[in-house]
Amino acid sequence: MSTPVTEPATDAAASAPQPLTMAGALNAALRDAMAEDDRVVVYGEDVGPLGGVFRVTDGLQAAFGEDRVWDSPLAESGIVGTAVGMAMYGLRPVVEMQFDAFSYPAFEQIVSHVAKMRNRTKGRVSLPMVIRIPCAGAIGGVEHHSDSSEAYWAATPGLTVVMPSNPADAYSMLREAIDSDDPVVFMEPKSRYWSKAELALPVRTAPMNRAEVVREGTDVTLIGYGPTVRTALDAAAAAESEGLSIEVVDLRSLSPFDDETVGASLRKTSRAAVIHEAAQFGGYGAEVAARLTERNFFHLAAPILRITGYDIPYPSPKLEEHYLPTPDRVLEALASWEWDLA
Amino acid sequence: MSLNVEHHEPRVLPSEKPIRLLDNAGHALRGRETGGFELPPVERLLDLYRRMVVARRFDVQVTALTKQGRLATYPSAYGQEACEIGVVSAITADDWLFPTYRDSIALLTRGLEPGEILQSFRGDWHNGWDQHEHRTAAMATPLATQALHAVGLAHAARLRSDPIVTLAYLGDGATSEGDAHEAFNFAAVWQTPTVFLVQNNQFAISTPIARQTHATTLADKAVGYGMPGYHVDGNDVAAMFAVATAAVDRARSGGGPTLIEGLTYRIESHTNSDDPTRYRAARDVEHWKRRDPIERLEKYLVSEGALTDDVRTAIAEAGEALAARTRDAMSVSPELDPLELFDHVYATPRTALAEQRAALEAELAAHSEHAREEVAAR
Repeated sequence: MSTPVTEPATDAAASAPQPLTMAGALNAALRDAMAEDDRVVVYGEDVGPLGGVFRVTDGLQAAFGEDRVWDSPLAESGIVGTAVGMAMYGLRPVVEMQFDAFSYPAFEQIVSHVAKMRNRTKGRVSLPMVIRIPCAGAIGGVEHHSDSSEAYWAATPGLTVVMPSNPADAYSMLREAIDSDDPVVFMEPKSRYWSKAELALPVRTAPMNRAEVVREGTDVTLIGYGPTVRTALDAAAAAESEGLSIEVVDLRSLSPFDDETVGASLRKTSRAAVIHEAAQFGGYGAEVAARLTERNFFHLAAPILRITGYDIPYPSPKLEEHYLPTPDRVLEALASWEWDLA
Repeated sequence: MSLNVEHHEPRVLPSEKPIRLLDNAGHALRGRETGGFELPPVERLLDLYRRMVVARRFDVQVTALTKQGRLATYPSAYGQEACEIGVVSAITADDWLFPTYRDSIALLTRGLEPGEILQSFRGDWHNGWDQHEHRTAAMATPLATQALHAVGLAHAARLRSDPIVTLAYLGDGATSEGDAHEAFNFAAVWQTPTVFLVQNNQFAISTPIARQTHATTLADKAVGYGMPGYHVDGNDVAAMFAVATAAVDRARSGGGPTLIEGLTYRIESHTNSDDPTRYRAARDVEHWKRRDPIERLEKYLVSEGALTDDVRTAIAEAGEALAARTRDAMSVSPELDPLELFDHVYATPRTALAEQRAALEAELAAHSEHAREEVAAR
């Protein structure tokens, strides 16, 4: 885990440590950001009285009123497209896409406008907005509720794409995303919404554009983000008993990619594997493997592996366990290397 | 402000016959055809006339420059001056315009210079003006996407109690896009101070309006969203201005959005790379040329004695002066710095992008070194 540090001076007085889920930490981040900056508005589908389908916006409308938090019509392009206009006018909209697969109607607005506005206006118009996307699977969701869309966003210049893996980062990174002058696609791994941590708010962790070594090791670097950080940590714990020392890096930011932190870990261990739920072909892991290889080839003892979902549409709930990368599958993959040649 | 405004327009379809204040012979109309709108005062009409004539001179000049290869492309609005100028003239300098790529001449009314307007068509940079200075968004190329920006900006202004109006221009083809639907719906649900102008020039590149919609008029669509819709003669600038002014006033006073359809015709090709002979008859174009919006208003102004020789001369001179400024602006090629490509992608600097910038910088240096050596060798 990243080491949380509290910052008593800048935010409201730090609370006593309390158990908080990731959903709760995100809610607290929105609440604190809205209290601090009246330019922050929150809208999307069912984010008002319901508090969002994952309850991330729970209680915000009651606290801040309908001019700050409201239910929009059910149309994702409309949500993001209107956020463009609001950000142009100086607001800092935080919009919710409900599920990865429902964000696709907003694809054109995000790729053609959100990502490009700063560039096409030579920096005169920034779009400080946060597009929150509950992402990935492992929650028994029916069709279209478990996609992993990160590669689409990460492949788009102009977007900042981050994905926290734990409650402390969720709070800290969302605050930072809202404060950023760049548009941020903020991906929230659904399966981690209910993970808990003892947190004293307001908590600030490392800057959101940095990866973090969340477990030190000497033999292998496992690279995960969002839900697969847990997978990597579980695999590392299991491997320890077999005498394999695994280092785990939580990417946290997918765009930009923290070459420095990840490269340093790889040069230490000389072996790496990247884990994600999304399909392998053209997936984010391909970029990770390619750029690490380009920059560190002569430090490598083995090819960088991608341990990912299969190249198939996300399965139905009863079959998803066979699709998702598990700690066992990770260890099997590591065993495929020619270890004797090391 | 409540976001749950109880607001119901009468469920009346716009008239199938477009609202018109001046007929094609330049006679002022009375009765049903006017839709109850008043003819604007003659001084206003004279101002609109002047703007239309100057705009056309600009449009013709830019089309010529494009054929000479000075611009990469130019979507002309020849024949659409009544829509372009009439509606944008109904908003103030504090209001915002969200144009498409065909709306260059409307930007003249917003005070933009030819060099700013045409920067993207020349291929220098994607957007050539300060959006906030002119309260004019960048021209949108992806159809109807800008309509949502107009709705969002209007909503933000309303949340801040700023009494501004946003004006979104769309074409007939764009009304088939999902974003047009979403923009109309968001605007109506949120009751934003937004006016949508749909310029029905009857072609989306080559596809005629009959293949775009089965609705009797595009203004009909407004009814389904719970906002007023007006079907207007888009070659009658008096009508376009009167209807737009009413819509802008209504929006500014909290009455919500309006959809205006201006029925007009695209006289020129879609862009210089289009070939309209493949999809429409010359006689159709001639038919619409005889319904020219400038000639119509000119006839009226002459009959009112408002168009003296002095005024005509002054307007012609203003047109020539703008054409000359346009030629001048397009005859100099600004020095483009390839390294600037990296400067405005993110507010937060990125290491990897700095590396790519350095790589291009080294490549450029190597090229110029190579060029120096070649010169020296000769």
